[in-house]
Amino acid sequence: MLSTDIVIEISRLTKQFKDVLAVDKLDLNVFKGDVFGFLGPNGAGKSTTIRMILSLISPSSGSIKIFDKDLLTSRREILKNVGAIVEKPDFYNYISAQKNLEILAKISGKEVTGKRITELLELVGLQNRAGSKVKTYSHGMKQRLGIAQALLHNPELIILDEPTTGLDPQGVKEIRDLIIRLSKEENKTIFLSSHILSEIEIIANRMIIINKGTKIVEGEVGKLLNPNVLKVSIEVDNTETAVNLLQTTVWVKNIESVSGKNINITLEQNDIPSVNKYLVENGLNVSALVPVRSLEDYFLSITSNTR
Amino acid sequence: MIFTLTKIELLKIFRKWRTYIGFIAIGLLVPLLHLAMYLEGQRSLELVTRGLRDSFILVGNLLNGYWISYIILNALTIHIPFLIALVAADLLAGEATAGTYRLLITRTVSRMQIVTSKFIAGIIYTISLVLFLAIMSLLVGLLIFGTGELIVMRPDAIIVFEKTDIIWRFILAYSFASLSMSVVCSLAILFSSLVENAIGPIVSTMAVIIIFVIISAFDVEILKAIRPYLFTNYILNWREFFGNPLDTGEIIKAVTVLCAHILVFFTATLWIFQKKDILS
Repeated sequence: MLSTDIVIEISRLTKQFKDVLAVDKLDLNVFKGDVFGFLGPNGAGKSTTIRMILSLISPSSGSIKIFDKDLLTSRREILKNVGAIVEKPDFYNYISAQKNLEILAKISGKEVTGKRITELLELVGLQNRAGSKVKTYSHGMKQRLGIAQALLHNPELIILDEPTTGLDPQGVKEIRDLIIRLSKEENKTIFLSSHILSEIEIIANRMIIINKGTKIVEGEVGKLLNPNVLKVSIEVDNTETAVNLLQTTVWVKNIESVSGKNINITLEQNDIPSVNKYLVENGLNVSALVPVRSLEDYFLSITSNTR
Repeated sequence: MIFTLTKIELLKIFRKWRTYIGFIAIGLLVPLLHLAMYLEGQRSLELVTRGLRDSFILVGNLLNGYWISYIILNALTIHIPFLIALVAADLLAGEATAGTYRLLITRTVSRMQIVTSKFIAGIIYTISLVLFLAIMSLLVGLLIFGTGELIVMRPDAIIVFEKTDIIWRFILAYSFASLSMSVVCSLAILFSSLVENAIGPIVSTMAVIIIFVIISAFDVEILKAIRPYLFTNYILNWREFFGNPLDTGEIIKAVTVLCAHILVFFTATLWIFQKKDILS
């Protein structure tokens, strides 16, 4: 990877709040086009890191480079190409959504047309309420408006801190699809902090897990999750026969538990079709075969080791 | 960018309900004073000029718009500062309360530009409030009570100004009042930069004014030494424009001290805000 492909380069970043060490010598790299998952339990230092990236908080030590420029010396030039939602979406409640966006457009450092504002309001489904004061908005609507303001100046880097919080399932899906579209079609770099681990698993290609302000692991989501060995839940009509059959196969490494019509086993991913075929050929009806090895397991195992 | 930011700040100020409390208060209070003067003004004037009438014959319309506006301007010390603090204290703390610092600081504007635009907008609000007071007290006063000579009692003299010699004095007096009230505005913004809620800065600003006024009132040697450095000592110096001849030395000194206060409060706010971690 060329150094010019690095969008965010954080080196030994530290933040000390009086007697609390919030971030401790954190290193991370986000590359152009990444959807980068930023994970960690509550109090891990995620928000503090994001606030330092956006110059809301000054680091105690370490460096932040964005687009190969130092944040300390080129802040305004950098922020011209950064859009962000930081924690909860807050706006000037006493003015309309449209006016909020117009205000932010004027200080975004780029030319933002009225047409662009209208398009974004349509994109997030707020076109019919654009003239309403933000104080009349629900949390979900403010969240959508937050997405709109982050995209307002068509930035190259989009930093999203919990972007789907407070949205209904349809809204969550829309935002996820939007993130994927921005990454794939517009080649935006997305830095995504989320507590919804499945969200990171679905959307992100690379990720970092931090705890107590330090990096636990960083890399490609696929590789980190080690998909070769999986936990799989099988739902069958006769568990007793199925367990007996599975015990005789070479594919199943371990039968972990049996509960109702479900059997949880461990096996390699490539062997899943063979197990399914074997059970069906032996007269069993397989209703479901669901991998349960997920980022959630991985996250819990890795963070519990560092607590 | 400062011009754009100032326009945005003014839009935010004038879209908030609390901004109009000051205008409503003046809009109600001044007509009430006019009504009181209309009903009782002649008696008040006779009371004030009682000592004079033994030695002089006072003729003409002395209960006029000028005299009433002069009386109303004396309300500046406590009342107007409160109305200014109500808005100015919210300029930075209000952003923290609403969580909108994040919107501003993650844009391509510097913290210095943010603070500067808020100071400019705050001072514009202050000037507009004083201007409204001028319109309400002077113009409405002149409409109701008409013009006439202005009689001013000073500790060392009694001066009667001809009606053709008054307006420019009021223009300068209100300009000076705008400056002294801008110091109050700057102080409230300074306190506003320290906290995340506007109540504290409002109370702190008023507490400082009241304490300084009390210190100024005590005739004790040690307090006399401090007095020249207190901005409250100069708030009522608009009265210097109703002297004959004008004490330009005293006016320049007062203007310099007040400007220095604004500069110090602005610099302190800037220093605090540059170092501030935005956690709201």
